[in-house]
Amino acid sequence: MKKFAVTVAVAMGLTCGAAAAQETAKLAYIDPLSGGGASIGEVGLKHYQWLADQINAQGGLLGKKLEILPLDNKTNPQEAVVQAQKAIDAGARYITQGNGSSVAAALSDFVTKYNERNPGKEVLYFNYAAVDDALTNEKCSFWHFRWDASSSIKMAAMTNYLKGQPSVKKVYLINQDYSFGQGVRKLAVEMLKAKRPDIEIVGDELHPLLKITDFSPYVAKIKASGADSVITGNWGQDMALLLKAAADAGLQANWYTYYAGGAGGPTAIKQTGLADKVHDIVEGDPNTAIEAAQAKEAEFRKKYNIGIWYPRAVNEIRMFAQAVKEANSLDPKAVALKLEGMTADVFDGGKGTMRKDDHQFFQDMYLRSFGPLKAGQRFDEEGTGWGWTVKGKIASADTTVPTTCKMDRP
Amino acid sequence: MLELITFSTLNGVLYGMLLFMMASGLTLIFSMMGVLNFAHASFYMIGAYFGFEISRRIGFWPGFFVAPVLVGVIGGLIERYGLRQVHRFGHVAELLFTFGLAFVIEELVNMIWGKLPVDYRVPPSLDFVAFRLFDTTYPAYRIFMLATAVAMFVFLLVILKRTRVGLIIQAALTHPNMVAMLGHNVPQVFMMVFGVGAGLAGLAGVIAGPALVTQPSMAALLGPILFVVIVVGGLGSLGGAFVASLLIGLVQTFAVAINVSLADAIGPSAASLFGELGRAPLAQIAPVLPYLLLVLVLIFRPRGLFGTRET
Repeated sequence: MKKFAVTVAVAMGLTCGAAAAQETAKLAYIDPLSGGGASIGEVGLKHYQWLADQINAQGGLLGKKLEILPLDNKTNPQEAVVQAQKAIDAGARYITQGNGSSVAAALSDFVTKYNERNPGKEVLYFNYAAVDDALTNEKCSFWHFRWDASSSIKMAAMTNYLKGQPSVKKVYLINQDYSFGQGVRKLAVEMLKAKRPDIEIVGDELHPLLKITDFSPYVAKIKASGADSVITGNWGQDMALLLKAAADAGLQANWYTYYAGGAGGPTAIKQTGLADKVHDIVEGDPNTAIEAAQAKEAEFRKKYNIGIWYPRAVNEIRMFAQAVKEANSLDPKAVALKLEGMTADVFDGGKGTMRKDDHQFFQDMYLRSFGPLKAGQRFDEEGTGWGWTVKGKIASADTTVPTTCKMDRP
Repeated sequence: MLELITFSTLNGVLYGMLLFMMASGLTLIFSMMGVLNFAHASFYMIGAYFGFEISRRIGFWPGFFVAPVLVGVIGGLIERYGLRQVHRFGHVAELLFTFGLAFVIEELVNMIWGKLPVDYRVPPSLDFVAFRLFDTTYPAYRIFMLATAVAMFVFLLVILKRTRVGLIIQAALTHPNMVAMLGHNVPQVFMMVFGVGAGLAGLAGVIAGPALVTQPSMAALLGPILFVVIVVGGLGSLGGAFVASLLIGLVQTFAVAINVSLADAIGPSAASLFGELGRAPLAQIAPVLPYLLLVLVLIFRPRGLFGTRET
């Protein structure tokens, strides 16, 4: 039913596109709305529709309504490019996408080439979740902006926290065997060596992506290595099953993860009973957020029965609106010139900056642990009665990583 | 080291027994009906979801007994009203039927229970530490899984070797046409075997659901490896399925624990000879080992370890 509704919405968006092009500003949301990634893609879409409603309630962008155009890319780079072309044909000048760095690379490349060939009709691409460092390094583009912290920013923040944790002595690395997992592993080795040379890396494991049903053999190995902490970039079932096997074997290590908070993660942690031993690294946390953000969080949860997964999406839309206002234009090039270097209030509190050199957003990062709700905490996750507690705040200045980007400017 | 070996053995045996619970039904169905049932692992998934649904309403134990029966009934109905109709169009049609069925079941599960993992818990009565060895705990629930699998193996063995029904099934394994000629209702035997096979897979799902994660991709994760088990073990051989399951369980578990690469074994020249493969530790290529075994068995011993018929 939901899918049907989306299809209808897409179809209507396409047919009405030409007629309504003058009245609305269109932001194409190109993410999986069918197949394995749909559960994530649907949640992202809710974020953007909710954010557009807020912009429109305040009068829209220069009097025009912000309209979200949902398009299904099936987590496939080729399909994403086809959908991007469709979006442009329907009058969209702005595109947003997040799931999958391979998809993001294809979109960034497409948008860059399209803009070269169609001067005056440029398209901007806002990336809210694809974390591959290449997107803001060797593959960087003037037309791509990233609000999520890149993989190396996340690892920099995590290792900065570990710097102040003398109890961490032996670290085990376990990651998925593909570009992202290999990247996490490499970053962890490099940054730990620089910041905590005394830490011993007692294991460095790569396992097949999304194919393991029982992680007990891996956990037995972690246990035998004597590690006190595990660092992993695992996501999805690879995260949940790994934690489950660890709990079964009574492994008392601390977990430092990128994505333990992903869909189904909180449920799995609650089941394992690993209270306050599983950590993740994020750009915003509902329980410590400023009053205004908590009110929005409550509103979102009441409406959709899920938490705000992407505080960065809020930052994206708000900064977009501000850039439009400052440029006094909806022209993507003018908006892009206002966005780069912009410093803005971050949704959960504090300030963030869109670095001009590579169009990467820098903001305070939070290292959190998951456990029973403590006094004064308002939000639990996935109905488990457990919530996130911030253990350490890493100031945005401490997460600044160098870039190799040599940007071609129009 | 001793700790690693002990727990790798325990984990390997447990994983092997889980495989066996599903492979036993699959190998009987395959050898009797000649159908490679692609949807077999889907019955395992349905079992897990039924177990979850019943356990959250009336408790784990009713689910433990009722869910496999329900899955068995569904399996029997699918055979009677689906597979049997397709049968007359030959094996390829049957194969395609089960192939499609696996996708239908996965989509249905997606629609009913959603795409996220469900909160299927170990029952409180089994949620304790069975024993502690070298500072590692072993949960009681895993012992329970092991016991269930062993009990099921004994039960199947008794049925097949000691009862009249078992006699007919055994006969149908090697001489299906002769059994039909003797006046036995072979289609009914087929339906029964299919139902029981599905029920056993369902039972495996009910007990594996809380230990692993109950989610729509669980069938696709275990499906392919089942075919390895039945081919390596030999078609229609329960003993073969048993040995092959344990073998594959242990091979996979121990391979993960070993960090030796070709480069360590034959020196640095391995990297130039085999490229990336030369540097990859055994742990990293562990998942492919069962399939390597499958290929080797098919080349050198097509009837499998204990099989009575050529594949």
